[in-house]
Amino acid sequence: MSAARKNSEKQESEAVYRFPHKHLLGIEGLTRKAIELILDLSDSYVEQNRRHDKKSDVLRGRTIINLFFENSTRTRTSFELAGKRLGGDVINMSVSTSSIKKGETLIDTSMTLNAMHPDVLCVRHPHSGAVKLLSEKVNCAVINGGDGTHEHPTQALLDAQTIRRHKGPIEGLTVAICGDILHSRVARSNILLLSTMGARVRIVAPPTLMPTAIDRFGVEVFNNLKDGIADCDIVMMLRLQQERMKGMFVPSIREYFHFFGLTREKLAFAKPDALVMHPGPMNRGVEIDSEIADDIDRSLIREQVEMGVAVRMACLDLLTRDRPGNEP
Amino acid sequence: MSGERTAYLNARLLDPASGLDAPGALLVQDGQIADLGPDLFKDGAPSVGQVVDCEGLCLAPGLVDMRVQLREPGEEHKETIHTAGAAAAAGGVTTMVSLPNTHPVIDDVSVVEFIARRAQEARSVNVRCYGSVTRGLRGEELTEMGLLAEAGAVGFTDGTRAVGSSLVMRRALSYAKGFGLMIIQHPEDPALAGDGAMNEGEIATRLGLSAIPADAEVIMIERDLRLVALTGGRYHAAHVSTGAAIEAIRKAKDLGLNVTCDTAPHYFALNETAVGDYRTFAKVSPPLRSEDDRRTVVDGLADGTIDAIASDHAPHDQDSKRLPFEQAAFGAVGLETLLPLTLELVHNKHLSLLDALGRLSTGPAKLLGLPGGTLKRGAPADLILFDPEKPWLIEEKKLRSKSKNSPYDTRPVQGQVARTVVGGRTIFHA
Repeated sequence: MSAARKNSEKQESEAVYRFPHKHLLGIEGLTRKAIELILDLSDSYVEQNRRHDKKSDVLRGRTIINLFFENSTRTRTSFELAGKRLGGDVINMSVSTSSIKKGETLIDTSMTLNAMHPDVLCVRHPHSGAVKLLSEKVNCAVINGGDGTHEHPTQALLDAQTIRRHKGPIEGLTVAICGDILHSRVARSNILLLSTMGARVRIVAPPTLMPTAIDRFGVEVFNNLKDGIADCDIVMMLRLQQERMKGMFVPSIREYFHFFGLTREKLAFAKPDALVMHPGPMNRGVEIDSEIADDIDRSLIREQVEMGVAVRMACLDLLTRDRPGNEP
Repeated sequence: MSGERTAYLNARLLDPASGLDAPGALLVQDGQIADLGPDLFKDGAPSVGQVVDCEGLCLAPGLVDMRVQLREPGEEHKETIHTAGAAAAAGGVTTMVSLPNTHPVIDDVSVVEFIARRAQEARSVNVRCYGSVTRGLRGEELTEMGLLAEAGAVGFTDGTRAVGSSLVMRRALSYAKGFGLMIIQHPEDPALAGDGAMNEGEIATRLGLSAIPADAEVIMIERDLRLVALTGGRYHAAHVSTGAAIEAIRKAKDLGLNVTCDTAPHYFALNETAVGDYRTFAKVSPPLRSEDDRRTVVDGLADGTIDAIASDHAPHDQDSKRLPFEQAAFGAVGLETLLPLTLELVHNKHLSLLDALGRLSTGPAKLLGLPGGTLKRGAPADLILFDPEKPWLIEEKKLRSKSKNSPYDTRPVQGQVARTVVGGRTIFHA
């Protein structure tokens, strides 16, 4: 039995608190306690991942299907590694939009996969709410790997894990989330998670990339990067999609970088020990200058990727723990 | 048929057109109302024909539903003239007017004739239709409006699509005016609405759904009102749903412009919170709005700015609705729930019973120049007998419509139709 599993079982016997949800569809609805449970368990998996022998048997005999309706390399790989390091059997299914057009609906696909008795489905879909819809049609646990512009809970969890390991408790920190908030599921999940954990959250974007009524989320809203990151502990940059750079939302890459790209000069407005994050993949020279992205003293970007595997291991572990296999 | 007489006794006669609300009787002969009034048959039942004892229930003109998507021809797996007719009859609708968004589109005389023939075969409620404003609903070239009108089209609309081009709208208003016909707009600026799936605001942001700003409605209506002033055309805004749009129409009416509008029950019986956790049955076009907007719709009905209530019946099968929210089709079925949802306004004291019935029958009949919608001698005997108080539960699976996409499943309502009569013939009996 792995050290991680022993450790977590010890925690359980001390205080019987289990992850209270069948699925992980979003940060919305998670309590601080539930989030801390995931993050604490993730810590032990960070240790496992740094060992020579990275494999344990926590998910032995379990089947995990990565079902991706949208292209992804890093998230899918991260889920795959997480499952394999825990000893589970992992299958990757990329469903291109073309085969959906051939007639099979999301629900048909879910039913088909459900009949194969998976224990966990890790799902990414280009439409908001699609993962929830799918979760209603299957017996197994479902992890949302990103749905449309709605949520990307494992990203927010790995971001929180990264922050916690560098800055201690999240409560009381000031975090600025900057860039294309409007189209970002990462931003929504992070706003919810960081607020729940007691951070002060700022969001920074040109008005065209700011969602309506975002002030109702309890965040401070800024249209100017320097003001927005002033005295922040963490500066979180978001990816700007190619198709949104050419006139519909912002006039040009040049103009966007000039006002909203993170450079060393602008980062000087944040706290002297402020750290920089990015969910990837980065557009260097669009939302972030390479000099900052690659600065090992300021950038946590590579560590975020490392935490991603540990956090996903924790999620897979918690959602399968004490659960019988899938019996449709 | 000739000489066939039916007497309706012990009724509460309700005629929104004349303001009549009194106990009395009504006589139907040859498919028409032959006589009615508090004193009719006072000295005993008539000696001839059939006698219906109404037992004190309300006898009113049948509902004229000016906005129904029939799906026939073209999408008979969702609805047919036959199934829609059964739903309409059960809901007290005696005339339904089809939008032209069938396949093929009602942009040709042959399709108008097809619908008339199928309606005759179904022998159910009266079925009329609109012609499209533009060929193929493409928003470019005008249809043969005159010929379509001669064949029976009662007005022109591009259905669930806005006539987006100002130039095309100007020409449509001008040309239809020559035939005394109305242009009905789906008032939503297409560019601003984009691919939005619900109302813009906090809920859409939380759900991460692409959204349509409320202003997309008033922007289109205000443009159109300028074109009405320019052309002197006859204009009607369909399913208004926002305070700003209703205010614009109120002002235009005050200025004497020839402008009318309707709304659908969704816009006074629901608000955007009905979308909840991606409930696709609550995805309608225009989208369900904020609570503030919902209240202004109620006010607009109460003060008469809104002339009619239509079901906006939009049947969709499971495959069109069991999808991620943004991919699901717009629309909800409504023929069977039109009356009880409208009666909620009466029970909640926003509208008198006569005013509510007027918005459902006399109002739309007058707008479209149709013969029904009133109880008077010589009018077609299109009647409903209903109990305005009777409580019941809307249940999706009990709907007669071929499609069951109702956002009102499990909603308790009051008011149920006991009998529906079209042209003197009872086509529905509870």
